[in-house]
Amino acid sequence: MASTTKEKVGWSTANILVVLFAIIPVLWILSLSFKDPSSLTDGSFVPKDWTWSNYKGIFKTSEFTRALVNSIGIALISTFVAVLFASMAAYAIARLRFPGKSVLIGMSLLIAMFPAISLVTPLFNIERNLGIFDTWIGLIIPYITFGLPLAIYTLSAFFREIPWELEKAAKMDGATPFQAFTKVIAPLAAPGMFTTAILVFILCWNDFLFAISLTSTLRARTVPAAIGFFTGSSQFESPIGSIAAASVIITIPIIVFVLFFQRRIVAGLTSGAVKG
Amino acid sequence: MSADTQTIAAEPVSAPVAKKQKKQLSEGARAERRLGFILCAPAVIIMLAVAAYPIIYSIWLSLQRYDLRFPDQAKFIGFSNYGAVLSSRYWWEAFFNTVVITVVSVVIELALGMALALVMHRTIWGRGGVRTSILIPYGIVTVVAAYSWQFAWTPSTGYLSRLFGDAAPLTSHWQAMAVIILAEVWKTTPFMALLLMAGLALVPEDLQKAAKVDGASAWQRFTQVTLPLMKPAILVALLFRTLDAFRIFDNIFILTSGGHNTGSVSILGYDNLFTALNLGIGSAISVLIFICVAIIGFLFIKGFGAAAPGSEMR
Repeated sequence: MASTTKEKVGWSTANILVVLFAIIPVLWILSLSFKDPSSLTDGSFVPKDWTWSNYKGIFKTSEFTRALVNSIGIALISTFVAVLFASMAAYAIARLRFPGKSVLIGMSLLIAMFPAISLVTPLFNIERNLGIFDTWIGLIIPYITFGLPLAIYTLSAFFREIPWELEKAAKMDGATPFQAFTKVIAPLAAPGMFTTAILVFILCWNDFLFAISLTSTLRARTVPAAIGFFTGSSQFESPIGSIAAASVIITIPIIVFVLFFQRRIVAGLTSGAVKG
Repeated sequence: MSADTQTIAAEPVSAPVAKKQKKQLSEGARAERRLGFILCAPAVIIMLAVAAYPIIYSIWLSLQRYDLRFPDQAKFIGFSNYGAVLSSRYWWEAFFNTVVITVVSVVIELALGMALALVMHRTIWGRGGVRTSILIPYGIVTVVAAYSWQFAWTPSTGYLSRLFGDAAPLTSHWQAMAVIILAEVWKTTPFMALLLMAGLALVPEDLQKAAKVDGASAWQRFTQVTLPLMKPAILVALLFRTLDAFRIFDNIFILTSGGHNTGSVSILGYDNLFTALNLGIGSAISVLIFICVAIIGFLFIKGFGAAAPGSEMR
């Protein structure tokens, strides 16, 4: 493709605009998190006095640390279970002949598009009756449910691309079924499963509605919900600094995922939707 | 090379096996079927138990007078809750807000997302950097992004407020709606752009070249060649985003908490459950939202012929 200098400048400008559009709100919250309480309300984009005090402040209280533990634990367990069950279902969809496949896919799509609020009301009542309201399991269950359709969808797109004949070939060469699976199929399936796990993790990590509706104390409240309840209590002069610091901390893992696995995340997000 | 030969070597073996399975729906086929059901069972059971059952339960709850403050007075009252909701001004205001936010933000996202997709598709230099940065809005926690916008528009704290002469947009209806739409567009345009970009990749380069040779301008090529070929991808992206925008909750909850009449139907449902503690009315709202979403999905798939994603899966 022959591109003139003018074109190059044009595309570069477009690229820079896109990058700025994407990162300015993130830089702003980062800036707020480093602002001194006295300069918090100066409206400047760059902090004048840099301070770590907001970070020190939130790590002193269990309000944040406990929520962080909850967030990590709940998201990891939900992701693990959802990807495990979804892999089994996606393997069946990609490889086996059995009736009801399209019903299964239709059902998972229906759930993926479900308005979460429609589940909150009944789940609130069911979980109170079962005694799992405000527990880890009470949040893990709806997260698995919403993670499953996404995972089944993405994984079956990935699994259809795997050259399954290699498994037979390996067996012909004298490999046991177990060896064929661990040495040939598992390495081929792993990248797709890993990508799916990232997408499901982001889904669970982001949730706010279930987190505020199905918890009432620090026992199971995740960080997004905890941030929503940060108040300007006596420890903090203004909640803005603490909210900003907590926000930066829960944004870091996402930025790391995105930086390292950009290609895979893009593939995972688009594979199912486009190839149908 | 060796992988190729292995694949070929495997073919003759697999063919007769497949033939045998077809002739008699026998041991092999039945075992395969059984394995299929077993593998899908955990996922299906969870989805049915946690999604299908609660929806049915919520229909049941919506037919009762059920106030959490007076649980003993729960009583079957038929469709009165629906009557109460549908004749209430709050439902229609929330419904109107939700429709405005959905339509405006999805239209802006489609235009912006298409521009972004073209930039990502055509650009050679810095492609990885652009893709990485646009994934940040997708991945970031909605609550965090919403706080970023809220603080940015708070007078004396925010840079945007200062930029616009100490503006306080979150204190009036339409301006607050505009900020909500801005936050929604920022967060979800990348997703739209990625879906559209994948659609762009399916447009054959040859067709573009042929049109160019025939003297079509860049705009003509876009509207006459690219867009028609991208129609399926666009419809899927629109379907996903419309359904997603209709259930908007996080952004509004943080930005305005539904104040200045900016609440969506999801906010209304939440308030009825957790502020008014009225399980009956809350459930009726939940069911109505579910019906709205079903209608939107139906319109897209039957009306516009959007291929239900996954429908071609075999």
